[in-house]
Parts: sequence; structure tokens; C-alpha cells
Amino acid sequence: MKWIKEKLNFNLLVGLASLTLAALLPLLLQRTSGGKYNMIVLTYAMIWAVAACSLNLILGFTGQACLAHGALVGIGAYSMAIMVERVGINYWLAFPLTCLLTAFIGFLIGLPSFRTRGPYFAIVTLCFNVIVYATFENWTWLSGGLAGQSFEVPPVLASRTTKYYFVLAFLALTVVVVRQIIKSIVGASFLSILSNESLSEAVGISAFRNKLLSFTVSCFLAGMAGALFATVSGRVDYSITSFLHSFNILVYTLIGGVATIAGPVIGAVGLYYLLDRIKGFGEFRYVGFGVLLILIIIFFPRGLMGGINQLRDWVKEKRSTKVAPQGEVGS
Amino acid sequence: MLELRDVRCSIGKHEVIHGVSLRVEEGELICLLGANGAGKSTLFRTISGVVRPRSGEIIFRGEPIHRLGPDRIVRLGISLCPEGRKLFPRLSVKKNLMMGAYTRYRNRVEVKMSFQEVFELFPILEERLDQDAGTMSGGEQQMLAIARALMARPKLLMLDEPSLGLAPLVVKRIMETIQEINRRGVTILLSEQNAAMALSISHRGYVMENGKIVLEGSSQELMDNEEVKRAYLGA
Repeated sequence: MKWIKEKLNFNLLVGLASLTLAALLPLLLQRTSGGKYNMIVLTYAMIWAVAACSLNLILGFTGQACLAHGALVGIGAYSMAIMVERVGINYWLAFPLTCLLTAFIGFLIGLPSFRTRGPYFAIVTLCFNVIVYATFENWTWLSGGLAGQSFEVPPVLASRTTKYYFVLAFLALTVVVVRQIIKSIVGASFLSILSNESLSEAVGISAFRNKLLSFTVSCFLAGMAGALFATVSGRVDYSITSFLHSFNILVYTLIGGVATIAGPVIGAVGLYYLLDRIKGFGEFRYVGFGVLLILIIIFFPRGLMGGINQLRDWVKEKRSTKVAPQGEVGS
Repeated sequence: MLELRDVRCSIGKHEVIHGVSLRVEEGELICLLGANGAGKSTLFRTISGVVRPRSGEIIFRGEPIHRLGPDRIVRLGISLCPEGRKLFPRLSVKKNLMMGAYTRYRNRVEVKMSFQEVFELFPILEERLDQDAGTMSGGEQQMLAIARALMARPKLLMLDEPSLGLAPLVVKRIMETIQEINRRGVTILLSEQNAAMALSISHRGYVMENGKIVLEGSSQELMDNEEVKRAYLGA
């Protein structure tokens, strides 16, 4: 009881400390030569962190592998750009509308695919991503083709610094929202589905309804990441809907630590930044990506954060004289 | 209260329940005896809606339930405590119990009352509230599994082999608690291999073999039955 409280406070402190650090970083970066560039990279990294957190909700905490997050982010970005530029909706209204639209699309995908169990959801979402990509690639009237859809952000968000803080604020919001969901009873029902789907059904939890809810919320957040992407980049082309992004988001989440709160953020920011630093290697970077992923899966199946947690538990166990019986009996 | 009429179920291509009919009246404590593989667990899973019967009817309080999903059936008042003390090992004891009350978690007052009731029956759970369920001992896990089933406020509680793999002393405690739950007004359907123990606390019993009910009667009758004595009581 007591140590759980301590742990919570500890996590909260680390969270607040990293938020403060992230908030102070631009002040530091502005003084260095490559600072402006790095700030943009970090802004994009944080957008992918939002997407990774959203994937973590459905993949990490509910156990359903979604392979369409690239498409969902892309839909969010396009919806934002088209609503503002072509339809003429106010930016601040288009933002929540985009999130709702993406959530609704997620709801529609979930409706048939969650009737089944096992790998079907992953297959359906992967197909969806391919379809979305092909659609945006070919329907140039919609996507604007290679030139894409340009997008003018409100003057408040024009500067690099405000964009950075804007995205940071939404990332913080996302982390808090995901954390609150997981601590709630609905979040516990997601975890119960992850742990044992047929058992949760026997207990009276409708797996279908809860998976659908989890995915809809996840898509809402993915749409938000898309809206942020449009805001920061000022131009959206069809490459954003590519399934390569889906895999990137997946890898960020897995390496950072699936089913942990901080893992996806660390994975996305760390890896995106790292990949940008070694840009000179071009496509070969992804070979390293693959090797890293394999190593992580073998040695830290729950990612970087999972590894850290394991280490902390191990230290705690060494210290305490009382040894609790381990293992997952009856799982 | 509960009536099964010629229920047949298959797992894959194989029929494993060959037309089972049984009745449970309100307030009864019924035991279902049978060896491994007799079909007891499948029958329970069918009643709770996890498995759909191939044919036959299941009537609960005048309402056919064999086409309903498991969450609807829990809402109607049938709770299953599955075999092998299946818990959510990574969730705390408290969260496990809350999952049991999931069908009615909006009613905070009632859920709080259920917590109180469950703590009365199993005081140990109150001490272990924030511990991960997977780190408890076997007996404690079985208590938690029963408690979780009770959190749904069932009218009918189905217990699938609650004594499995537990020390005799713990089994005795659990059986006493089951009797106490029954005294508080919950109808109980108990499946057991430990026939002597089950017959000593139940009112009536059914004996199941190879997916069929082969014998039924009051617990006393079953205890005196030569066949039961030979096959289940080891006399």
C-alpha cells in the first residue's frame, strides 16, 4: 500500500520534471546554432509521440494490434487541411471536428472487425491502411497528389516556438488522458481483455463493446496527432497516410515500452530524433531499426520502460526481506 | 429457477454434451459430480453464455437465455466462478473485484455494499486489496475468484471445481463459505470431483459421465448409492 503511493508520487515527479525540462528546452535551443532545426525535429517527434500513445491504448492496454495508425494520422491531417482550406471552417473548430471524424472512422472499422478474435483485427486494419494510401495516392482531387494540400495556420501558431509549445501541451494532455483512462474502471476492463478475453466475458465485461470503445478513443487521439501534423508542417501530401508510418509508430511504441505510460513518448521522441541525426544513411537506417527491434523483443519484451520497471522491481526485491510468491498462477 | 432442457454442445466438430436436462430451484445448493472430461466445465460455460449450445433450451427465471451473450446473462443474475481460479493476475485484488461488479459499477452505493459483504466472507481480501492478484497463494486466489463472482450480485452462483489443487484445510474453509453464501440466499450450482465434500454440503446432486447426466437425487441418496460410492467416494 505504502510503496504504491510512493511509486505514484515518484512517477508523477518524473513526469513533471520531464515536462518542465521540455518546456525549458527551447530557451536553450535558441542559443545554439542548430537549435532552430532541432526544435522542429523535436516538434515532429512529439507529434509521433501522441500517435504512439494513442496506439498504446489499443495495442498495449487492450491487446488489439492496430496497423492503421499511419492512415488514421493521415486522415486526421487531411481532414484538418481540407476543412480549413477548402470548406473554410475556423481552425479552432476544425481541430475538434477532425478528432471526432477520425474517431468515427475508427468506430466504423471496429464495428465489423471486433466481432472476431485474434489476428483478424490486425489484418483488417492493415488492409484499411493500404486502401487509404491507395485512395489518397490516386484521388488527386482529394489529396492534391504530390503537391499535397497546403495549409495556413492561424497567426498565433506561426512561429516555431509556439508550434513547439502547442504540440507539447497536446502531448502532455494525451499522456494525462491515457493515464486517467487506465486508472479508471473502464481502463481496468481494457486490461482485463488484454489479460484474458474469454474470462472477462465470463465475468460480464462485453469484450466487443470495450474493444470498440478503446479503439474509438485511440482513433480520436490519432486524429489529434494528424491535426497537429497539419498544423506544424503547413502542407499535407498523401505520403503521410503510408503504412510505413504505421510501422514506425508501432516500433516507437514497442521499443519505448508497450503498456507503460511513458514508454511510447520516450520511444517516439528518442527514435525520431535519433533517426534524424543519422539521416545520412538514408534508407539503411531502417535496417538498424529492425535489428534494434529484434534485440528489444528478445531482451526487453516490454520495451525500454518495461525493462526499467523490471530492474526497479528486481532492486526492490533484493532489498526487501519478505519475498512474495511470484508467477502468474491461473492466468 | 434454472432449467436445462436437452442441451447439446459441441467443441469444434465433437459433441461433448449429449442432451443434458437439469433443474435448479431457488435457494438450493446443487452439486454436479463427475470425473475429468465429463463435460462439467463446458456445461457451465454454456449456461453462462461463453459457449453456445447446438440445440436445447436454457431457461432462467422463466426467460430463455441460451441465445444471450455472456454479459447479458451476468446482468440477469448468473455468475460463473471459472475452473482453475482464473483471475486477472496483473490487476490488483481491488480491480479484480471491481471487474466482477463491472455490469453495475455505476451504482456506487450497491458496489460498496458488495465490497462489504465480500470482506465479511473473506476478510483476507481486505488486507490484500492493493496487491496484484497473481502474487497471492492458491487458496487466496480461489477466494478472490469466488468473491469476484459474488460482486455481480448473482441470484445463481456457479462454482466450477473450487477445491481443485488446494490443501484439505483450505478446501474445508471454502466449502463452509460456500454454504454460508447459500444461507444468505444465493442459489448455488457447484461442480466437484471431491464428491464427499460436495455431497456433505449440498441438498441435491447430479452425476455426469461422458456428457450425460447418469444419476440424480438428494445428496443423502447419492451418498448411499453403491455406484457413487464405488466410483466417486472410493469406498
